[in-house]
Amino acid sequence: MANMRTMSFDAVIVGGGGSGMRAALQLAQSGYKTAVITKVFPTRSHTVSAQGGITCAIASDDPNDQWQWHMYDTIKGSDYIGDQEAIEYMCKTGPEAVFELEHMGLPFSRNDNGRIYQRPFGGQSKDFGEGGQAARTCAAADRTGHALLHTLYQGNLKNETVFLNEWFAVDLVKNADNAVVGVIAINIETGETVYVKSKATVFATGGAGRIYASTTNAHICTGDGIGMSMRAGFPVQDMEMWQFHPTGIHGAGTLVTEGCRGEGGYLVNKDGERFMERYAPNAKDLAGRDVVARSMVQEILAGRGCGENGDHVFLKLDHLGEETLNAKLPGILELSRTFAHADPVVEPIPVVPTCHYMMGGIPTNVDGQALTLDDAGNEQVVEGFYACGEAACVSVHGANRLGGNSLLDLVVFGRASGLFIEKQLREGVDLKDATEDDINRAMQVLNRINQSQEGEKASVLRAELQTIMQNHFGVFRRGDFMKEGIEKLKALRPRIENVQLSDTSNAFNTARIEALELQNLLEVAEATAVAAEWRTESRGAHAREDFQERDDENWLCHSIYLPESQTVAKRDVNFTPKTREAFEPKVRTY
Amino acid sequence: MLEVSIYRYNPEVDSEPYMQVFSYDTQGKDVMVLDVLEKLKAEDPTLVFRRSCREGVCGSDGVNISGKNGLACITPLSEVVKNNKLVIRPLPGLPVIRDLVIDMTQFYAQYEKIQPYLINNTPAPAIERLQSPEDRAKLDGLYECILCACCSTACPSFWWNPDKFIGPSGLLQAYRFLADSRDRGTEDRLANLDDPFSVFRCHGIMNCVQVCPKGLNPTKAIGHIRSMLLSSAT
Amino acid sequence: MVKSVTSLGRSGLSDWLLQRVSALIMSAYLLFMVGFFVLNPSPSYEQWSGLHSSLAMRIFSLLTILSIAAHAWIGIWCVLTDYITVRLIGPKATPIRMFLQLAMIAVILFYVVWTLDILWGFN
Repeated sequence: MANMRTMSFDAVIVGGGGSGMRAALQLAQSGYKTAVITKVFPTRSHTVSAQGGITCAIASDDPNDQWQWHMYDTIKGSDYIGDQEAIEYMCKTGPEAVFELEHMGLPFSRNDNGRIYQRPFGGQSKDFGEGGQAARTCAAADRTGHALLHTLYQGNLKNETVFLNEWFAVDLVKNADNAVVGVIAINIETGETVYVKSKATVFATGGAGRIYASTTNAHICTGDGIGMSMRAGFPVQDMEMWQFHPTGIHGAGTLVTEGCRGEGGYLVNKDGERFMERYAPNAKDLAGRDVVARSMVQEILAGRGCGENGDHVFLKLDHLGEETLNAKLPGILELSRTFAHADPVVEPIPVVPTCHYMMGGIPTNVDGQALTLDDAGNEQVVEGFYACGEAACVSVHGANRLGGNSLLDLVVFGRASGLFIEKQLREGVDLKDATEDDINRAMQVLNRINQSQEGEKASVLRAELQTIMQNHFGVFRRGDFMKEGIEKLKALRPRIENVQLSDTSNAFNTARIEALELQNLLEVAEATAVAAEWRTESRGAHAREDFQERDDENWLCHSIYLPESQTVAKRDVNFTPKTREAFEPKVRTY
Repeated sequence: MLEVSIYRYNPEVDSEPYMQVFSYDTQGKDVMVLDVLEKLKAEDPTLVFRRSCREGVCGSDGVNISGKNGLACITPLSEVVKNNKLVIRPLPGLPVIRDLVIDMTQFYAQYEKIQPYLINNTPAPAIERLQSPEDRAKLDGLYECILCACCSTACPSFWWNPDKFIGPSGLLQAYRFLADSRDRGTEDRLANLDDPFSVFRCHGIMNCVQVCPKGLNPTKAIGHIRSMLLSSAT
Repeated sequence: MVKSVTSLGRSGLSDWLLQRVSALIMSAYLLFMVGFFVLNPSPSYEQWSGLHSSLAMRIFSLLTILSIAAHAWIGIWCVLTDYITVRLIGPKATPIRMFLQLAMIAVILFYVVWTLDILWGFN
């Protein structure tokens, strides 16, 4: 590709969602030449679908609220494999990051005193679990993600960030020192392939919920950053940890916010029983998401599911009254009427646990620097490579994310990455240029796909992959069944690598993009499968029928999947917060 | 079998656009228009359209469905199929890149023109800026815009002057900031709108209100802008 | 802000206001005339010329023709800048639009002068 164009930037952010745009904003404000590569126009990113809010101890609902309580909840929620230093940083810095968003214009809902409205969410407590339910999730009605994403885009417009909208990053370019020096990207509109060179490459590529057949995630959540990173030989962490959101609309998969239960809604089985009272006597419907999702599946398996096939439960909201629903959950009314043909004002919404969030991702430190393991197994920073948001595993969510913590994660660590890169750029970054060979290496997958005329259709292969993941790596998992799933994925790999590209045109060729996304989905699925089979315990979202207990003695650790050897290693969880003593693992009940 | 007629144009192959007829088996189900498009794309990967969230919040899949602009993902067949026929075209008024994908540059340029960000240079407090629930309520019906362009591309005034008339979507956003009690840019914003084109090309046709998939009312917002211009001039 | 030298007023707002005020004047005139003809279904020459000889009526008529002039000009200018544009019909649009605008001005001026002549008479 000798005649390929090169574009140069101080920093390139791949992904135009919340974390990417927060990082970009930080860098653009400090005057560095910053570009955002995004495969959809930024406000189409999946952050837009976040509903309930951003959890943060801004002490509006409760003037005595403390970030340390939020930290405790998050660590407990993570089932103790969240890194405490990172969680501490997030909860402590959170208020500042949220106030910044407000100052930028985010239209938060308000209390009578003019402060930001906060609603209760699952897993929230006061006084380290002793003081009852807290209300800590800052909300803009039930459209917080939309409001946040648009505010960030607007902030970037104000600061003149360069947007490469509808560009698709294909693969990382590494130099001779194994440092990252940019990406290969396609301009989707014209089909032109460009080497985007950068002193800092930030992956803010979001999640990969599309590895499952039933997901709340957008079509675009295909784990592109994870796939690229793995193909470049970098490890991924905690990929077995997938959150199933308790309330996806049955059949459609669209999300119904936890805020519904925060506002007083609750789940019922076919007998009309509020069954969460049995599974989580204290927190009830506001227990951790993993707990609620599992309880729902157990109800369904026990024959107490609703509907003709008994395959879902109901979320009851009508008792809240039309006025409250219109004021607090207007988007949910719309979604339920459209996708469930149920008007929550008078009837319950049919819901079922649905794949929602990838707790794992590219391991990073608090500054967003991507980490890898050297040959001796020691942790090492990858020069020039950063990750934040859902694509990263910093890790603040551990084995189970609390509702409202994803939006906080993405602004806090998008910001932190931006701040750190800013500092690096000021001090001077000196990375070896990529050679022609380096660039050609990053072109391999694209070249292969472009020439692939035989093979099967992407849509068929994708559906097959999603079915395998749904059936073998769902809410409940079993060793023998997972082994079978891994074999199926192995058999699928050559077929996916040989996916057919029947459309070879240049202009807006989405078939090419989908074929590339499929490669990324496969990487994510494989890492998930292998890591899930490897962890022989139940923790957070990872629930095994054959190992039902949490096993702190052997498994109080992160999983690190090494793509080159396709093996899994253990990595220590951080138990050294800076300002206080660590929270020690306890039995987790709600 | 449902007869689905779709606008096709690939600049590298076709000298001019044409309508291609597909047949789609509904199996008696009332699915969304996007589901139909996805199914057809699975069979013919060359069919091109934008989509992302598939739940009506990202604004990617605005298309013209049997003559009316809307989001494919939240438009059920039962609302748009007539005589067993479904016609899908790109949003009108902007250049077509390929099939159902339009070039939205002019639409975004108008959005950028209205300074779509809070202007407030007073030093920010250590916490959030306070805002009463009443003041916040003034933003309802405005901030929810998803920039899908269904409204602006249904507006004849925008068809004729997409480079000069801001269009319903941009004006709704202009008013979103004018109405924000935290914003201090009112004077500047109004000065930028007080020409014969930006706002005043709106002739109250109200196609925007009719098509908005989020149920928003740009015409009303434009009316508010006019009132503000009027009261600032007198 | 879009600048345009050929709009009548200082701004879009003044055009818009002028359009509304002129419409009110025209409507009032029309209503007045309808009323007059209802009360006098077949007016004599004396009634008709008597009506138009009062100064108040002449000023009312003058205001109305000026309203028609302004209203027509703004309306036609809008239509021309909608349809006769470089975007729609290419570079020849500008000279065509200029010509049509000048023609429109000529017609409007002609009617205004003619009305003045009728009302006050120059000879």
